[in-house]
Amino acid sequence: MTAVVHANGLSKRYGTTAALDSVNLNIEPGRIVGLVGPNGAGKTTALKAILGLTEFDGELSVLGLDPRTHRYQLMQQVCFIADVAVLPRWLRVSEAVDFVAGVHPRFSREKCQALLARTKLKPTQRVRELSKGMIVQLHLALVMAIDAKLLVLDEPTLGLDILYRKEFYQNLLNDYFDEQKTIIVTTHQIEEVEHILTDLLFIRDGKIVLDATMDQVGERFAEVMVNPDKADAARALKPIYERQIFGKSIFLFDGIDRARLAELGELHKPSVADLFVATMKGTYS
Amino acid sequence: MKQGSMNQGSMNTIAAKVHSPMNTFSWLLKREFWEHRGGFLRAPAITALIFLALTLMGLATVELTARRFDFNFNNLHIDQITQHIANNDIAQVGTGVDVALLSLGSPIGIVLFFVVFFYLLGALYDDRRDRSVLFWKSLPLSDTQTVLSKVVAAAFIAPALAIAAMIALHIGFLILLSLYALLHGINPLPLLWSPLHLIGLWLKLVALIPLNAIWALPCIGWLLLCSSFARSKPFLWAVAVPVIAGIMVGWVNLMSQLSLPNIWFWHKIVGRCLLSVFPGSWVNAEAFKDLARSHGNPGDMLGAVLSLDSVKALLTSADLWVGAAAGVAMIAAAIYFRRKRTEAYA
Repeated sequence: MTAVVHANGLSKRYGTTAALDSVNLNIEPGRIVGLVGPNGAGKTTALKAILGLTEFDGELSVLGLDPRTHRYQLMQQVCFIADVAVLPRWLRVSEAVDFVAGVHPRFSREKCQALLARTKLKPTQRVRELSKGMIVQLHLALVMAIDAKLLVLDEPTLGLDILYRKEFYQNLLNDYFDEQKTIIVTTHQIEEVEHILTDLLFIRDGKIVLDATMDQVGERFAEVMVNPDKADAARALKPIYERQIFGKSIFLFDGIDRARLAELGELHKPSVADLFVATMKGTYS
Repeated sequence: MKQGSMNQGSMNTIAAKVHSPMNTFSWLLKREFWEHRGGFLRAPAITALIFLALTLMGLATVELTARRFDFNFNNLHIDQITQHIANNDIAQVGTGVDVALLSLGSPIGIVLFFVVFFYLLGALYDDRRDRSVLFWKSLPLSDTQTVLSKVVAAAFIAPALAIAAMIALHIGFLILLSLYALLHGINPLPLLWSPLHLIGLWLKLVALIPLNAIWALPCIGWLLLCSSFARSKPFLWAVAVPVIAGIMVGWVNLMSQLSLPNIWFWHKIVGRCLLSVFPGSWVNAEAFKDLARSHGNPGDMLGAVLSLDSVKALLTSADLWVGAAAGVAMIAAAIYFRRKRTEAYA
């Protein structure tokens, strides 16, 4: 099976700063990939390159196509939700459905209408009359009714309340995703997506600093809660991060033998958020 | 498993649907109409209604004033005046009706100019500013199709709707005038309603749409190019660049005493880039100077302008085709920038 996204030495410069610094990537079908990084790390630039919305240097193929020259063909197989506010404000709900049904060969009107029936959206409403959450419901109904191979989500739930956010990912997982599809998602609310991800990509200063499946993350990284008397022993093993809580130290280790760590204290699976903080420390200093 | 088999089923029905490029293009045109109903449809319709209302007010004023003062004109009552006209050459009256109807419709032409001008300036800019371009670009639409749909909307859809409003205004105006005539016991039918004549006039208006479109290409191209290229303030780009260029050319002329008259640049470049979407603005072209000079009275001139000869003169003029070629080149450039740019500053 060929990779959905394959990048080799992908680079993009804005003036003197490198938004992407020779990135190598391989995303297989049937994965849900979280692309996570601090603000300005190059997440959006990477997604834009994948979607053919920006020029770049290096090699990049999406579903076997060059997104710079084949954006039109690519968009038959690829969908994206850029962020919550991109549906045109003058568009009516019914017009949106008619238009996408008219131009997209892989759109199912029946499925879209079934999805819309679950919401409070009315066909005559214009986007400008909708709340942010309802706009996302509309956009998601449109996108989920498209049988695409790759779905790209760039901060899809930004500014939504927790009810809409939960619903968004639940719908995506229950009614959309299957082993034929691939989803790439960027978000700052990692804790909300980590249970649905199969793969994790950390990006920092235009470089991929972590590229692993969630299983590998679980094997590689371990968090240990250590009493003060063993703290120095723990530090000797070169933890990648250390924080204090209730007088104990919590250390995060990368690739250290579990048996040795268990001697120091209680072992935990680290959360992606903690892993992120550990990996990105010093980004803004 | 269950989900997998369901997807298989829906994929089969999806594959059966046909999506030809023509079909997509007609959806793009519908999209333009949905977004710009206000400018394309409502603006000319409201203008037509306003002028009908003004006509009604005018007729009422004439009637009331005439009654109050028992108005006499060369010892003729007002109904006798119309009777007098009826006895005159009907053909003369027909031309008069043409002139009246066309000048009545001209405000709609002016509205059309402003609507199309600002439509084109915003066509490839507004969606970048509000970021909805990212939604359009997430659909399988090529940039060429998108830009061409805007060309067609500006060159054909907006003018066609404006002419429909004009025709409605003409009919409304003739009905009002006929009612006024009936009020004075005159049969309006032979005077105002000669169906062949009216249909001829309207067909000419419709037939001029493609001619106007070719003539407008440099303006359409330039405005779309600015709309596609500008990261902010497309209006400033569109106006400032040709105007500053015109001033520079004038200055160079002044310095070097070249024989090429300065007015040439303003007329052929600045004017065409900014104003040629004005319906019928080709009447000012060189080919028409002589035609206009040879016809003294406005009725004859109008006839000449709308005649086959004048269309032939325009169709064989370099003005038209050089401008059209420049317009096509600028549209191609607009497509190029549409592909490259997705950002704009508010």
